[in-house]
Amino acid sequence: MERLTGTFKVKSGLAEMLKGGVIMDVVNAEQAKIAEKAGAVAVMALERVPADIRAAGGVARMADPRKIKEIMDAVTIPVMAKCRIGHFAEAQILEALGVDYIDESEVLTPADPEHHIDKWQFKVPFVCGARDLPEACRRIAEGAAMIRTKGEAGTGDVSQAVRHMRLMNKQIRIVRQASDEELVTLSKEWGAPLEVLRLIKELGRLPVVNFAAGGIATPADAALMMQLGCDGIFVGSGIFKSQDPERRARAIVMATTYYNDPKVLAEVSEDLGEPMPSISAAHLAERELLQVRGN
Amino acid sequence: MRVGVLGLQGDFREHLTVLRSLGVDARDVRTKEQLQELDGLIIPGGESTTIAYLLEKMGMLSALRERGAQGFPIYGTCAGMILLARELNDPYPENRIGLMDITVKRNAYGRQLDSFEVDLQIKHIGEFHAVFIRAPKIVRVGSEVEILAEHDGVPVLVRQKNLLASSFHPELTGDPRVHKYFLEMVARG
Repeated sequence: MERLTGTFKVKSGLAEMLKGGVIMDVVNAEQAKIAEKAGAVAVMALERVPADIRAAGGVARMADPRKIKEIMDAVTIPVMAKCRIGHFAEAQILEALGVDYIDESEVLTPADPEHHIDKWQFKVPFVCGARDLPEACRRIAEGAAMIRTKGEAGTGDVSQAVRHMRLMNKQIRIVRQASDEELVTLSKEWGAPLEVLRLIKELGRLPVVNFAAGGIATPADAALMMQLGCDGIFVGSGIFKSQDPERRARAIVMATTYYNDPKVLAEVSEDLGEPMPSISAAHLAERELLQVRGN
Repeated sequence: MRVGVLGLQGDFREHLTVLRSLGVDARDVRTKEQLQELDGLIIPGGESTTIAYLLEKMGMLSALRERGAQGFPIYGTCAGMILLARELNDPYPENRIGLMDITVKRNAYGRQLDSFEVDLQIKHIGEFHAVFIRAPKIVRVGSEVEILAEHDGVPVLVRQKNLLASSFHPELTGDPRVHKYFLEMVARG
């Protein structure tokens, strides 16, 4: 038998290996090395972290390939990169660069108001954001091999990630208890593909890994999301916009493993300096919200 | 028989599921104290730099090195194999259990785009469908090391007395035969 590459098994398989770990946003090789040394399981290569994207306004796009290559050369852990929602040409470029995962991300300005990328056309795996179970189901039907909460990126406010994760958990409970005919009605009401709902009922959980993202700024935030049932943590602006990135990065890594051990959490939360400058998501106007992009 | 799966990071849940399906008392292990209660340990796939960092920070690395040297059965898959290897063709991770006389090159099969599935012939087991994810490559084996399976002429499953290591992930395919083989090693102590 020949080697089979780009299968769903190997795509979702890498996400399985990242579980219980922290994926950190970095904007250069130096930050990538700090993240790797602090115990990150992967880095997200970016032009700017979400807090800066939010502040800059305008159109946010895929990073310069040179920047992504520089980061890929700097570390041995997997490197992810973001493309705009629906921008399959950016995704093709990222695949050609050899990145390990693509985040089709609402943090960048969507390129297609109607469609997401048909991710089955790619050998590289994709992670996509979701606010609830139907949205996660749609992304999985499009070929996403990993899901994350959308939260509200660049705020340092974990409340939206909590809301999205609690809602997903609640909807998974509904699916588990639904009869076969009720699943069809749920599929219609939710706009969620039936075959994915059936799979969730059979497994009792999402068929892919689900990480927390969007607003995680402290070790306690990471522990909260892990206790709510997330498989791992994305930290965007939370590390390199804080006063002591290395120390905070190590603390969040420890908190993600020992999320159930308050003594360890107390120890690692001590004396971390200032967190990132934060804004309450409740005070953002509708047009300032990133989570409503793509559905 | 009580078998631990190192739960610091990675796909430990999948290993626990396979072990439990075989009726084993399987435990998620995250502290030095928990190590003492075990008859064997599996180190899962994950990021070797992350797992090594946490092992050392929690004082588990030297404990594992000591027990492994005294015959305690350990099976490492992928990242776990990197941690068992005596030599690496790479500076990271510097601190490992390092008991197995093999040299391993990290990510040597390529990046994620080169991750693959393939059928192997495994000694004592037979045909086995294997999944390789950004897999490490065994580039040298010492004289004490038995090769149980190869792919393209490269060893992918090896054993040295109480230590077992694979470049691939039997925990991802639902076929429990490699785990059964390890449990026999544990049963013989």
